[in-house]
Amino acid sequence: MDTLIHLASWLCLLLGCCFCLIGGVGLLRLPDFYSRIHGGGVTDTLGAGLVISGLMLQGGLSLTTAKLAMILLFLLLTSPVATHAIARAAQHSGLKPQVTDAAA
Amino acid sequence: MSQILGLYNYWVVVLLMMAGFYNVIARGNLIKKLIGLNIFQTSVFLLYISMGKVEGGTAPIVAEGVATYSNPLPHVLILTAIVVGIATTSVGLSLVIRIREAYDTIEEDEIQQLDEGP
Amino acid sequence: MSDFIADIALQINLVDIVLLAFLVVVAGAVIQVRDLFEAVVLLGIFSLLSACIFTTLDAVDVAFTEAAVGAGISTVLFLATLTLTAREEKAQYRHSWSGFIVCTLTGGALIYGTLDMPHFGELNAPIHRHVAPRYIVESPEEIGVPNMVTSVLASYRGYDTLGETTVIFTAGLTVLLLLRRDRRSRDRSTSPPTIETTDRRGSHTMRHAMVLRVMSKLFIPLILLFALYVQFHGDFGPGGGFQAGVIFAAAFVLYALIHGIEAAQRVAPTARVQVFVALGLLLFIGTGLASLFAGGNFLEYKVLAHQASHGEHLGILFIELGVGITVAAVIINTFFFFAGRGRT
Repeated sequence: MDTLIHLASWLCLLLGCCFCLIGGVGLLRLPDFYSRIHGGGVTDTLGAGLVISGLMLQGGLSLTTAKLAMILLFLLLTSPVATHAIARAAQHSGLKPQVTDAAA
Repeated sequence: MSQILGLYNYWVVVLLMMAGFYNVIARGNLIKKLIGLNIFQTSVFLLYISMGKVEGGTAPIVAEGVATYSNPLPHVLILTAIVVGIATTSVGLSLVIRIREAYDTIEEDEIQQLDEGP
Repeated sequence: MSDFIADIALQINLVDIVLLAFLVVVAGAVIQVRDLFEAVVLLGIFSLLSACIFTTLDAVDVAFTEAAVGAGISTVLFLATLTLTAREEKAQYRHSWSGFIVCTLTGGALIYGTLDMPHFGELNAPIHRHVAPRYIVESPEEIGVPNMVTSVLASYRGYDTLGETTVIFTAGLTVLLLLRRDRRSRDRSTSPPTIETTDRRGSHTMRHAMVLRVMSKLFIPLILLFALYVQFHGDFGPGGGFQAGVIFAAAFVLYALIHGIEAAQRVAPTARVQVFVALGLLLFIGTGLASLFAGGNFLEYKVLAHQASHGEHLGILFIELGVGITVAAVIINTFFFFAGRGRT
């Protein structure tokens, strides 16, 4: 049972790191500002969420796990709002999304 | 070799300090100078906290089963320094705002020209 | 078992190496970029990475403060200044050889100085052998507060904290003197651009940003609650007056950024907040005077109650409260002065 929890936690941590890496690659390689924000969004939700879940599994039933659960809740609620604020600011300053395939 | 391994932390921090210092003396924009000053400040904090770390120690909060603690004294010193740093940065930034309103520029050489001016 | 510990030690060094490498890259990038907005964001990243390094170096209180102050408030103040001044640096200063030589010489001298220092993490370094063991050993009995950083900050080195709070107070006064708007309007040929939020007549976006308004109304009470938690939990874990004051001010800054300066000024009028700036410092000094009147020295808390450690707890509680009030009020006022400067 212990090894199962450890295995699940390791899996979550590794997957979370993979998603953070994917988000980072997306931030660099996607062509347009508005699509690059999606890369950041992946890191914030899936990446951070999986890492924190892995840590919660390591912590067992304790105060630390409760605090980590609250941190996860806050991250899931605030990072989409932050992405929204960035996209909104970009739209207000006049940045248009790239809708064709032509090189920008 | 062991000396390099033991000291490279401090050397990297010295490199960071010099990067911030270069920003202060080689850039003419006042806000760039303040940013460089902040980088310098933060790397000095890194130096002090690196000196306080004890190998095998843990955070200086009393807990059961802990034998060694890291030195709390540099932490107290740097806590003070961080808050004083933000205080001086805010004063510096308000000075930059006033300079901009008086001279209409924040580049150091233009300000000097306006001062020596016709 | 010792292999496992050696493994852990190597891992911590690996994290250290990677984080320090990131810091060097960010510092190099700050020198290169011309756009000041990018430089400010890079400064925020630098502060956040330093907070991570502080955590790996066991300095949790310092990491907390650096993340809140450096990556939070400092970035906001720099951005507020940017909207009032310039957006880009002039492209003339590309390389300054004299500056480079000066930096190299200074760096060389500093590295020569570090050659005599004890190795990183050494147990028997002189820094760990004089006052620090006394604090670590005696503070649980003398003061009884688990967080040793709080006990040293508030009790053993209380004078330094008093001086620091006075510095923050003075900085708040200075920003007030420099940036407070006079009643008479000032004649200037060019008016500086205003910050987006200041709009009663304007039709700027923030007023119609429903997502931001709803979510901020959801989060601001939680932020204030967290600030109170950090304030009073500073005895038992990382936290204390400074961090709590900064987080408390951050809630007000968030409200001002989303709902506008006018709405925020209705909640926290500058005149009232100025009273709190002074009140926090007076609370700190008052605790010291109370211990004078109770028969001990200035800031000697153990005479404040019948039992020494209870007196220490009481003293630490009051001065941390004073520090938190002053820091929060100064940061709120500073932000309002910065943001209100652009209004004509």
